[in-house]
Amino acid sequence: MTSSTGPVGLYQYDAVDREFVHERVEQFRGQVERRLAGDLTEDEFKPLRLMNGLYLQLHAYMLRIAVPYGVLSSTQMRRLAHIGRVHDKGYGHFTTRQNLQFNWIKLAETPDILGELADVNMHAIQTSGNCIRNVTTDQFCGAAADEVIDPRVYAEILRQWSTNHPEFSFLPRKFKIAISGSPADRAAVKVHDIGLLAKRNAEDEVGFEVWVGGGLGRSPFVAKKARDWVPEADGLAYLEAILRVYNQFGRRDNMYKARIKILVHELGIEKFLTHVDAEFARIRGPKFALDPELVAAIQARFAPPPLADLPGHCPEFEAAKASDPAFARWVATNTVAHKAPGYICATLSLKPIGGIPGDATSEQMEAVADLADRYSFGEIRVAHEQNLVLAHVRKDALHALWTELKAHDLATPNIGLVSDIIACPGLDYCALANARAIPIAQGISERFADLDRQLAIGDLSINISGCINACGHHHVANIGILGVDKKGVEFYQITVGGNAGIDAAIGDIVGPALPAEEVPAAIEALVNVYLHYRKDGERFIDTLGRIGIQPFKETLYAAAA
Amino acid sequence: MSTKAITANRLRDGSVVWYGKDGLWVDTVDRAAVYEAGAIDGALALAKQGLLDQIVVDVYAIDVKLSEGRPVPLRYREWLRANGPSVRTDLGKQASALAYAF
Ligand code: HEM
Ligand code: SF4
Repeated sequence: MTSSTGPVGLYQYDAVDREFVHERVEQFRGQVERRLAGDLTEDEFKPLRLMNGLYLQLHAYMLRIAVPYGVLSSTQMRRLAHIGRVHDKGYGHFTTRQNLQFNWIKLAETPDILGELADVNMHAIQTSGNCIRNVTTDQFCGAAADEVIDPRVYAEILRQWSTNHPEFSFLPRKFKIAISGSPADRAAVKVHDIGLLAKRNAEDEVGFEVWVGGGLGRSPFVAKKARDWVPEADGLAYLEAILRVYNQFGRRDNMYKARIKILVHELGIEKFLTHVDAEFARIRGPKFALDPELVAAIQARFAPPPLADLPGHCPEFEAAKASDPAFARWVATNTVAHKAPGYICATLSLKPIGGIPGDATSEQMEAVADLADRYSFGEIRVAHEQNLVLAHVRKDALHALWTELKAHDLATPNIGLVSDIIACPGLDYCALANARAIPIAQGISERFADLDRQLAIGDLSINISGCINACGHHHVANIGILGVDKKGVEFYQITVGGNAGIDAAIGDIVGPALPAEEVPAAIEALVNVYLHYRKDGERFIDTLGRIGIQPFKETLYAAAA
Repeated sequence: MSTKAITANRLRDGSVVWYGKDGLWVDTVDRAAVYEAGAIDGALALAKQGLLDQIVVDVYAIDVKLSEGRPVPLRYREWLRANGPSVRTDLGKQASALAYAF
C-alpha cells in the first residue's frame, strides 16, 4: 500500500485510485476542448459534464465536488479555498449531501480545476447522473462516543464496489446510500434509497440493518426495513441483489417514477423483498463475500489518529466552562462526546445569525484548515446539516479553539437550535427553483437572533427547499418550508412533524402556502404554540406528537381568517 | 405582456447573455433586443444560430416590460439572472456599476 502524506483517519488513496482520477480529468479535458471547438453538441456534451459534477445554473456553471463520507484533510480544504479564490468568487456552499458547490465556474477552466482537485485526491465523480452517488455518513464517524462501528470502512467498500460498476452506471435513476454506525443515526439513513445501520450482534460480529426505498423529492417516503441483520460478509451480495432487482424492475419510462422508492411502493415491500431474496440466494457465496482481509486493510487506512492517553476528567476544561459562560453555552450546543477520554468533537457553525446557511469564504476555509492542523490532526468533516466538524479536539485545548473560531465567525452556539437551518440554494442560484430559500432562512434566523431565546426553545430543526426536489430536506424537518410559485409570486408551504433521525417521519402540511414576508412570523407563531403547550423536557417534536397538528393549524390560520 | 427578449448562457463561462439588436449577444438585459409577439419566433430562429456557432447554450424567450425604453424581465427568475443573487448583491451583474452605465 502506498501511503501519502495525508493525515491519519482519512482514506489513503493508492496509486490505482490516483491514476483513475487523473485519467478522468484528461478525458474530460478532451471533451471540453471538443465541445468548445464544436465537435460535440450540447446534447452530446451535457451528460459528460454532469458526470463530472458540472451543472449549468442561473448565473454560471456550478461545480459539485465530492467529499467522500464528508471527511477532508486540511490540504484538501486549502485547495478548495484556493479554487474558490482563483476560479470562483471567494466562497463555496457546503450541501446536505456533504458536498461542496461552487457557483461561478467557467466551463473553459473546469478541466484545470478538476486537475487541481485530482492533485489532492479529490474529484466530482458520482456527484451526478443515474449512478450510485457518493455514500454519505455520520459526521462524527470514527470519533463519537456512541459509535458501534466506524461507518467509513463500509462506505469506502461501497465506493470501491460502486465506482464504475458496469451494471450500475445506467440505473433507472440516481441512487443514494447512507450508512450510520451509531444507533443515533446522524446520517438520515431512512430517507435514502438504501440506508444501512451497522451494528454488532450478541457474538460481537458486525452486520447491517438494511432499509430500502426511502427518499424525498416529489414523492417522499420513509424507507422500509428490508432485513434486520445481514452479516458483514454478505453485505455486498445483499446490496447487489437489491440493485439488480431495481435495475430490472425500476421504471425507465417516467423520470418521476424511476426511483427505487416508487418500485418498493408499487410492488409492496413483501413482493420486492421476494425478488431480492431470490437474487440474494442465487449470488450469495464466495464471489460476493466480503473478504475479512479486505475489511482489515481498509480499516487500516482509516487508522485512528494518534490520540494521547488522557484522563477523562479535564480540570482546565471544567474551569474554563465555569468561568466563561459563553464558552459553556457553546460547549453545550456545539460539541458531542468523543470515544477517547480527554477528547471531544466540535461543530463549527456555518449558520451565523442572518448568514447564508452552508456558505464559507475562502478565508474561513483556510482558517478551518489551520485550526484542523493545530487542534484535530489535520482532519475536517462536513455535516449534512451544512456545518463543519473538528472531530478530535483535546478538551484542554477546546477553549483556545473556541476563541479562535469566534474571530472567524465560526462559533455561533446554535447547533440543533432554531437558527441552525438547512437551506438549499433556491432561486438565488438554482435553475430548477420555484422560490428563494436563503432569504427565508435569513429572515427566520434574524427573528430568533436572541441566542438565549433559541436555547430556551431547544431542539428544533427547520429545513427549506426552493422546489419539490427537496434538496433542503424540508420533508424531514420538525418545521419544513417548501418554496412554490403562485402565478409568478414566491409562496411557501409549511409542514410540521418531520424527523430525519432514527424515528424518521415525513412532515404534514399545516395549511395553504404563505407569502414570503409572512413566513418568519408564522414560524414564530408555531414555536409559540409549542412553548405554550410544552411539558417539562419536551422537544418541539414531542409536544407536537402529543397534542397533534390542530393547535398549530388554528394559530397559523386564525389570523388570516 | 407579450413583449419579449431572448436570453441564453454563454458556452465558455456560463454567464447570462441576451440577444442584442445587431445579432450579437450582450451582457446586460437593458441592451437586449425587444420583440413583439409576432416577431419572436423569427428572432429565436436567428438567435439559435448561436447554438451552432458554439457561442451560447439554452436559448429561450422571456417576457419583458419596457421601463424608460429599456427591457426589464417580468419573471423574478429572469430578474435574478439579469442582476445576480438577491442574497449577494456584491456579486453578479448587479455588482458591476458598468452594467447600467450606458
Ligand atoms: C443547485 C443545483 C441543484 C440541482 C440542479 C439539483 C437537482 C436535484 C433534483 C432534480 C433532485 C430530485 C431528484 C429525484 O427526485 O429523482 C434533487 C434531489 C436532491 N438534491 Fe439536489 N440539486 C441541486 C442542488 C442541491 C444542493 C445544494 C443540495 C444540498 C444542499 C442537494 C441535495 C439533494 C438532496 C438531498 C436531494 C434529495 C433527493 C431524494 O431523496 O429524493 N441538491 N436535486
Ligand atoms: S430543492 Fe429545488 S431549488 Fe433547491 S437546490 Fe434542489 S432543485 Fe434547486
